[in-house]
Amino acid sequence: MDDFRAAFFTALGLLLGLDRDLVAIVRLSLMVSLSAVGLATVLGLPLGAAVAVWRFPGQALVRILLNALMGLPPVVVGLMVYILLSRSGPLGTLGLLFTPTAMVIAQCLLVTPIIAAFTRQTVADLHEEYAEQLCSLGVGPWCTLWTLLWDGRFSLLTGILAGFGRASAEVGAVIMVGGNIHRVTRVVTTTIALETSKGNLPMALALGMILMLLVLAVNAAAMVIQDTANRVYG
Amino acid sequence: MERFYTRPEGHTAAPATLLPLVVHDLCYEIGGKRLLDGISFRTDVGPRTVVLGPNGAGKSLLLRLCHGLLQPSAGTLTWAAAAPDTARRGQAMVFQRPVLLRRSTAANITYVLRLQGIPRRQRRAMLTEALEQAGLLPLAARPARVLSAGEQQRLALARAWALKPQVLFLDEPTASLDPAATRAVEALLDHIHHSGTKIIMTTHDLGQARRLSDEVLFLHHGRLVESAPATVFFSNPQSKEAAMFLEGKLLW
Repeated sequence: MDDFRAAFFTALGLLLGLDRDLVAIVRLSLMVSLSAVGLATVLGLPLGAAVAVWRFPGQALVRILLNALMGLPPVVVGLMVYILLSRSGPLGTLGLLFTPTAMVIAQCLLVTPIIAAFTRQTVADLHEEYAEQLCSLGVGPWCTLWTLLWDGRFSLLTGILAGFGRASAEVGAVIMVGGNIHRVTRVVTTTIALETSKGNLPMALALGMILMLLVLAVNAAAMVIQDTANRVYG
Repeated sequence: MERFYTRPEGHTAAPATLLPLVVHDLCYEIGGKRLLDGISFRTDVGPRTVVLGPNGAGKSLLLRLCHGLLQPSAGTLTWAAAAPDTARRGQAMVFQRPVLLRRSTAANITYVLRLQGIPRRQRRAMLTEALEQAGLLPLAARPARVLSAGEQQRLALARAWALKPQVLFLDEPTASLDPAATRAVEALLDHIHHSGTKIIMTTHDLGQARRLSDEVLFLHHGRLVESAPATVFFSNPQSKEAAMFLEGKLLW
């Protein structure tokens, strides 16, 4: 037990002392996950809204697919991206495997279905309320999408935060396509896994605490946004 | 500028007039059930038309068909201005429960002005005018959905009227409002009427129908039982159903 206590205090020391390795790892983690979520937002919002509002053949299939893909196992995504980006794979010539870009791609694939499915639900609910009015005003299909996305912006932000939570906490996909290379592709989750198995608990604990704080902050932000929006916009 | 329609007294090129609206043998069926049956009438510029009838008579349905939100199963509906595009632009509709965007009061009106491609400098003046008419100027910055029910309905009216439509449809506009809010909405309707917009509205409220109607279309069980000028309808109804309704004996 004393070992753990010592590890805990060393971890605190790393955190408070802003250990250089620790800061670099957290920064890379944030950069990868934020880029992935940003990209997933750009893809997922219009996709989800279109599935919610437009009528097209195969729409039900897309909807089922989106919901199913929400639970996509990170290791499967990792495997897919690995195959795509590996030297002999279709995109091998780009030389992206074991780079932060590969990690962004993998996390983006993980998060896009989450954001899209969330958007679909939010926009569909809103559309049910708005449909007649928008039709009466003669609003076109693209403008309808934009109107619904804008009016659902606070709920959608919650979905985006959920996506960020997922991206920053997953380890399976980034470790496969990033390779967990020191100072290149080592992020919070992969470091925790590695350092724990090495027995280097202080670093793992310090990063674990940061991850916990991050997840807490994201959830708190989601709650505050939702509450404020409900109060202010009704 | 031809994207947006102005009324006859407007300063842009003379627009095609929508009215009269001629409805012939209009039917609406859903799931094999005929909800509206053989409705024919004609209505012209000027008189306020009130579609009257008990609950479930098909009043809202008729309004939605006229406004083009639903397609009739049979029969025709002809506006004087033939192009359906023009027809839609000259109309607006206010629903029983106002559908307000999750934005500020002012932004709700700006939204429709922008939609019609009205230049920014004109938007400002039109926005102020619309808010002023509805008595909403002090509430311009408030989120629309925290307004009171009466204010919300006035905003929906102001928004519908901001583009000065030729025809304004209203589906039970005061059904869920208290008397004071109802009075405010009726005053606004009066103003809209006097500025030359044709009003076609439904109500099940006899008092309101008496106050607001110039001509009455009386519906019962999906049929147009009687269509008459208001003075005639209220003093001397021709049909048994209308007479019973006026006495408060026709419940559904």
